[in-house]
Amino acid sequence: MTEVVAAQRWCDRCGEDASATGHESCAVARTLEPPRYCPRCRRRMKVQVLPVGWSAVCVEHGESRG
Amino acid sequence: MPEILDQARTQVLGDGVGLDQAGVLAVLNLPDEHLPAALQLAHDVRMRWCGPEVEVEGIVSLKTGGCPEDCHFCSQSGLFTSPVRSVWLDIPSLVEAAKQTAKTGATEFCIVAAVRGPDDRLMKQMREGVAAIKAEVDIQVAASLGMLSQEQVDDLVDMGVHRYNHNLETCKSYFPNVVTTHSWEERWETLRMVRDSGMEVCCGGILGLGETVEQRAEFAAQLAELAPHEVPLNFLNPRPGTPLGDRPVVEGKDALRAIAAFRLAMPRTILRYAGGREITLGDLGTRDGLLGGINAVIVGNYLTTLGRPATADLDLLDELKMPVKALSATL
Repeated sequence: MTEVVAAQRWCDRCGEDASATGHESCAVARTLEPPRYCPRCRRRMKVQVLPVGWSAVCVEHGESRG
Repeated sequence: MPEILDQARTQVLGDGVGLDQAGVLAVLNLPDEHLPAALQLAHDVRMRWCGPEVEVEGIVSLKTGGCPEDCHFCSQSGLFTSPVRSVWLDIPSLVEAAKQTAKTGATEFCIVAAVRGPDDRLMKQMREGVAAIKAEVDIQVAASLGMLSQEQVDDLVDMGVHRYNHNLETCKSYFPNVVTTHSWEERWETLRMVRDSGMEVCCGGILGLGETVEQRAEFAAQLAELAPHEVPLNFLNPRPGTPLGDRPVVEGKDALRAIAAFRLAMPRTILRYAGGREITLGDLGTRDGLLGGINAVIVGNYLTTLGRPATADLDLLDELKMPVKALSATL
């Protein structure tokens, strides 16, 4: 599962403000996608999808895995 | 029973001769009430000419993103505003991915790179990676690295790559609507060199790119002419930021019609479920396809998106009494 981050300010799929409405489709899509944006700083992350799991690296906030 | 299915029963099931373009189109245009019969016939064809085994494969992206080509469906093109960033997989992680794949019972592991064609750095990475996998993992290695030169084809054979994937993606008449940075003919030329080298040819495409039903039939006929060892069948998963990002997904029944039609066009090929099946078909449709002509699956995740857990597919195969093809059967 996705690592729990302290401040989910940004949607990790679309990179927009996570507190705004309209992210239901992002949540559905995320069941079949890795995160693309850091939820803390909105930077695009370097994401490697593997046959089992994925890793995502934010240059500022480090690596998360799922 | 529609006339086309009677014809297919004699010609494809009986004689092992695939339907031509007109026949494929007739199957693609069958009304919903005849879809179960088409799927059953396609399943019978698969069982007769391929057998009950299912070939299981895992794939991994060795080089992700930053591709100079403009394939309109692809989130890895550097020409679109996709959130996918460029990243390389190191050799130890590549070997670990092969081990994870082998643990599922898969006999195939395909190494993929988002490139127009491989450069020296990528070929070096491939040489080291394939050697490392072969030293540690009992699995067949395939590759998908874009368009190749003859020298690169020869190098891949020398490395022990046994199958090469290069999708035509769609039919010749629709291809310029999907890709403008290279031609369908350039892809065909790579496929010709791969075939002549003795490597197995893996060539399929994506349905739902905006092609007409007639163009879908054209594509099946062109693949049948190529006669690939394997045909991976993808369904468009619209990716944010790509030119096709707002296209609707293929309707489930149309996807199943296509599976049956492609099987009836190519009775002996390995017809593989690839990307997009989760959103196009769901769990129930996945089962219908496996009982409608599909005889291979990609398990686990894809290149930039996630699949359903490998165990879900393996449990389904077990339930359907479809044995996973053993490695010994592929050598």
